[in-house]
Formats: sequence, C-alpha cells, structure tokens
Amino acid sequence: MRRLLHNRRARSWIFQGLLVGGLLLVAVAAVHNARTALEARGIATGFDFLAAPAGFALSESVIAYDADASVGRAFLAGLANTLSVSLGAIVLATVLGVLVGLARLSRNRLLSGLAGLYVEVFRNTPQLIQIIFWYAVVIALPTIRNAVVLGGDIYISNRGLILPWLADPVAGTLVAGALSLGFIAAVVVLCLPGRHRWRGRAIAVALAVPLALLVLSIGLVGLSRPALQGFNFVGGVAVSPEFLALFLGLGLYIASFIAEIVRAGLASVDRGQIEAAVALGLPAGKVLFSVRIPQALRVIVPPAAAQYISLIKNSSLGVAIGYPELFNVSNSLASLTGQAIECVAIMGVLYLLTAMALSALANGYNRMTVITER
Amino acid sequence: MTDPAHLTAPVVPARRPPHGAPGPLARLKATYFPTPLQGLLTVVLGALLVVLLARLADWAVVGAVWSPADPAACSADGAGACWAVVAEKHRVMFFGAFPYEEHWRAALACLLIIAAFVVSALPRCWSPHLAWLWIATLALALWLMLGGAGLAELSTSDWGGLPLTLLLSAGTVSLGLPLALVLALGRNSTMPAVRLICIGTIELFRGLPLLAVLFMASLILPLFLGEGVTVDKFVRALVGMVLFFGAYAAEIVRGGLQALPKGQYEAAMSLGLPYWPMMITVILPQALRIVVPALVNDIIRAFKNTSFVAVIGLFDFLGATKASLQDPLWVRHTLEAYLFIMAVYFAFCWAMSRYALWIERRIDTDRPSHAP
Repeated sequence: MRRLLHNRRARSWIFQGLLVGGLLLVAVAAVHNARTALEARGIATGFDFLAAPAGFALSESVIAYDADASVGRAFLAGLANTLSVSLGAIVLATVLGVLVGLARLSRNRLLSGLAGLYVEVFRNTPQLIQIIFWYAVVIALPTIRNAVVLGGDIYISNRGLILPWLADPVAGTLVAGALSLGFIAAVVVLCLPGRHRWRGRAIAVALAVPLALLVLSIGLVGLSRPALQGFNFVGGVAVSPEFLALFLGLGLYIASFIAEIVRAGLASVDRGQIEAAVALGLPAGKVLFSVRIPQALRVIVPPAAAQYISLIKNSSLGVAIGYPELFNVSNSLASLTGQAIECVAIMGVLYLLTAMALSALANGYNRMTVITER
Repeated sequence: MTDPAHLTAPVVPARRPPHGAPGPLARLKATYFPTPLQGLLTVVLGALLVVLLARLADWAVVGAVWSPADPAACSADGAGACWAVVAEKHRVMFFGAFPYEEHWRAALACLLIIAAFVVSALPRCWSPHLAWLWIATLALALWLMLGGAGLAELSTSDWGGLPLTLLLSAGTVSLGLPLALVLALGRNSTMPAVRLICIGTIELFRGLPLLAVLFMASLILPLFLGEGVTVDKFVRALVGMVLFFGAYAAEIVRGGLQALPKGQYEAAMSLGLPYWPMMITVILPQALRIVVPALVNDIIRAFKNTSFVAVIGLFDFLGATKASLQDPLWVRHTLEAYLFIMAVYFAFCWAMSRYALWIERRIDTDRPSHAP
C-alpha cells in the first residue's frame, strides 16, 4: 500500500478515481434531490412538453408565431428574435467600430479625440444600464401623433421606428435576410486570407445582388409607406422600442470594443511595411487596403469574433426591457410549465451551439492565417 | 579604464530642425490643419461640437432643476435636466433598503473594499500575503454589513446599492481568481480526468450568457440541493458570478502559463522541484505577472457585469436605482438617474482601465531585455 502511494502514476490514478467518483456521487445526489423536489410539487419531467401548446403570445416575432403554437416553436421564435437583433447589432458594431477605430488613428487631433471619447464612455459603463438607458430614451420620445420625421417617410416616436418597407411581408423577410447575408458574405470575403484577384469583384457582387433584389421587389410588390391614421400608423414596417433599444445598446457598446481591436490591429502592422509601400510609390488608399489592412486582419479577426459571441450572449439582456429573445422566452416557459430544468437546458444548448459555431469559424480562420514559424 | 572615443569626442552643435517652424502655432497647424481637407474636417467637426456642447450645456446646466423640493418644476415647459431626482433619491440609489441610521456602516465597508483593491493594485504589495489582506477585509466588511458583536444585526436581504455591488465584485474576484488558477492548472494537467473536467467547466461557463448562469444559480441550484437546504439569494448570485468570472480568468491565466518559455519549466524540473513547489515558486509568479493587464480588464468586466444581478431581483446599484424610480413623482425623470449611475460606474471603470494601461507599460519595462 505504501509503495502504491509513493508511485507517481498510481497516485495520479487514485486521485483521478476519487475525483470522478466524488463528482458522480454529487451528481447522483443532485438528480435525486431534484426528482424528489419535482415529484413533491407534481411537476412532470422530460421533453414531452415541447409539443404541447405554449399558450402565450410574444410581443413580436421574426418567424410566424401565435399563441396556439407549440412550446418548441416558442423556443425557435425566441432564437430567431435573438439572432435577428444580434445580426443587426453586429452590423452596427462592425461599421461603427471600424469607422471609430480608423478615426482614432487619424492625424486630426479633434477627430481622434472624439473617437477616443466615444470608446472610453461606451466601454467603461455597464452594458445593461446602456440598454435600459436607450429604452428610457425611446420611451421618452414624443407620442405617435407628434412623431418626429427623420426624413423621407421614416418616423420615430415612443412606439419605436416606422419606415417604409415592401408591401408583401414574405418578400420583406426574404429581402431583409438577403441584405444581411450579403453584408456578412462581403465581410467574410474581405477577411479571407491570401491574395485573390476576385476579392473586390466578389465583395461588389455580395453587396449588389441583395440591393438589386430590393429594387426589383419594390418594383414587383410595391412599397408600403406609413401614414398616420387616428392613433396609429398604417403601412410600412414598425421597429419596436424594445428591439431598437436592444439593437442600440448591444451595437454601440460592442462598437467601442471593435474600435479598440481595429486600432490595435492597424497599429500592430510593422512600420517598415508601410514605409516600404510608400517608398514604392503606392497611393494612400492602396497602402491602407493592400498592405496595412490585410496584415492587420490577422490580429483583428480572433478578438472581434470573441466580441460577436459576447454580443449574441448578452442579447439575453433583452429580458430587462421585455424584448422576447431566447432567454426571455425560456424564462416565461419555465414559469408557465414549471419545467425549469428542461427549459434552461434547451436554452443553454441553443446558446452554446451558436457560440460554438461562431468560435469554430474564428478558429478555422486563425489556422489559415497563423504565421508558421520555423 | 578609459572612456570610449565617442564619449570624449567634442560635442557636435545641434542642427536646425529640417523643416517647419517650431512653436505652438506650427504645432496647432500640424495637428489640426495638416492638409486643406483635414482643415475642413476640423472646422466642420469643431462647429458641430460647439453646437452640440451648447445644447448639452443648456439642458444639463442652464435649464437644469437641482432642488428636489418641487418635482413639478422638472415637468415645466422648457425645463432641462432634472438632477433633483438624484438629490432626492441618492440615499436609496447608493444604499438600497439598508436601514437609514446604519448607512455609515455600509459606507465604511465600501471604503474598506476600495482600499483593499488599491493596495492589491500596487506592484510592491504583490505577494501571497494579499490573501490575508482580503480575508481580513472581507471579514471586516461582512461584520459591518451583517452586524453582531455590538452592531445591530442585519441580513443580506437588507443589502442594496453600491455596497452590494462592491461586495459582489470583491467576492467574485477574490473567490474567482483561486478558481481560475485551479481550472487553468487543471486544463494543463497531465491527468486526463482532471483535464477533461476543467475543459468542460471552462467551455460550459464561457459558452453560456452570464444571465443564464445567474438564472441557473438562483433557480436551478436550489432544486438540486434538496429539501430543507436554503441558500441565501446573495450567495446564489455570487456563485454564478464566481463560476463565470473563473472560467474567463482561467483562460487568461492559461495564456500566461503558455507564454512562459519552456526553459523555465525545464529548469525548475531539473532542479528536482516537485509539481506544487515548482508552480508556486517559479511558474505562477512569472505567469501571473504577464497577465495582470488582461486580468484587470476582466475584473473591469466583472465589475460592470455585477449589474446583471438586477435582472434576477437583487437590489445592486442599478437595481436600487430602478426601484427608487418607481416613485410616481419621479418616474418621468429616469434618464437623469441612469446618467448619474453611469457616471459613477464610469469613474470606477475608467480608473481601473487607466491602471491597466499603466501596469502594462511598467511590466514591459520590467522584463529583462532579450539581448544575449
């Protein structure tokens, strides 16, 4: 026995055995406790409830959903809402983040100072308060009858944003999806490592095709313009205050992190590379797009992907302002059905899968671009 | 020993700078008007800024209502910011439902925790003895907040406002860092069972939203604990915060362990050091030193994220503020209150982020040069 304890390998296996055994014991006890507690309250277990009618309405949903739909469908609607607000916020965070990051590197002290101020303010205050703040701002806007005209047929009031959109809802969803996919495709092509002659053309196609689709659909099904009738707007498409606040809260917060990542990435490119490009007589635009950005992207993409994952996860803060995203829907279902463990498990798996899919993409990119050292 | 030639050579007079006149005017031109286009940008941005600042000042200072005596003044036409709501509600915002006469205790606990953070931030104080400082600080803060031994007794359900936020942050960091160390070392362990358990824990809690982790800790955990075992609401939130912070910090610590040259491990092992003495005396002090800036950034995030507990029904600084704004007299002036607590959070986070920058530069200069 003593000999066994002095053998390093034997000791390691005994320790691991005890650890795994202890954890199993805790798990068995936990499951037993949960089962007795649930039986005492007369709550069913298992996943049969997914097919049962959910019996509650959502204030908004990207996919078709009504109160008669099943619990499983409610989870899907929550996931679709989470993904749609996250997608919008990711576009906002990327565009604004890149602009602010570039502005921080500007020679113009006023511009770089303002960009720095933006980053400091948005990075150093809690995201939840920002979301609640934007919600309070939207709610404090004038009522619908005194809606502010933002230009064209776009109105904003305390009931959210109302803009003209395709008259046919199905076409509208399809075109909106095509526009977001086109944007993502353009960014992915921009980030692809290596030299590609077709890069510029591919980006142009990815952006132009959805836009052409939009113009074509406007021609085919027509545009529905919002008009004030009585106490409400008729026509157009409405963006709810909840969506708007969550979109702004997530997008503006993450944009400050993206800006820092972009700034650090561009600054990480060796000075000699830029000086060499200038010495070759390349114009400023070409120095930026052909020399500086391709090398900076290798440093930018992995942390930016981590920020996007964080954004998707923190879209769960929508629960604080009543936006029906995945976490919110799962919470409602947990209290309605009583099957909290199952609901949390489903919600957790859906978030984990989303995060894992994105991080697998980022890891693949990292493998492609990593500099192999001798 | 004689001086090298270049030290004794006659001093060459300085040449004039190559181009451009020195002086404040030239500097101004270089930073704001380097090219006509940039100059135009400066003028346009400057004009926009002046207009915006003027309107902001008009709202926040000139037209602002400061006195809480009369909430109606805030609702008057043309009234600016209603800072009166902060003046009226600041006690509730800062201390929640903590008994009014005992506020000094909560304030003292806050100061103690802030002092402990400041001491821990000084590089000259970095040693394992900091653990004792934190144990003493937390014990003292808990005594102040819970009472007993001469002070009126209170429970965690009385806690609220900034003390709750700071206690939660302090608890998260002081329990989360040891957890992170264990998880990071476990992830690099040669024992497969230990490695798998640690990877699983880290990836699970990093893949879930913090809100989901908090929700699990506050609603699902009690189900697993069985009948008769009740865990305090604050402690449940703390468990969720610690697990989430620990999983993220573990990955940072792992980065430090990997950044250390292999020679350090090999040298320690060739000296015959067993695992724990090697880790404690050779590896961890160096690895942790490298990752301090990243850890500080993670601590900033944890501090900001303590506000999430407002969603699961705790009255932290945000939760207490939200609760205080339920008052129908002030319910229309929530924006000012949120701006105010944002400013308080900003002060804490900005100070910490400046510290992270400073310490990063200092650690860089500390490192021995790589020259042979």
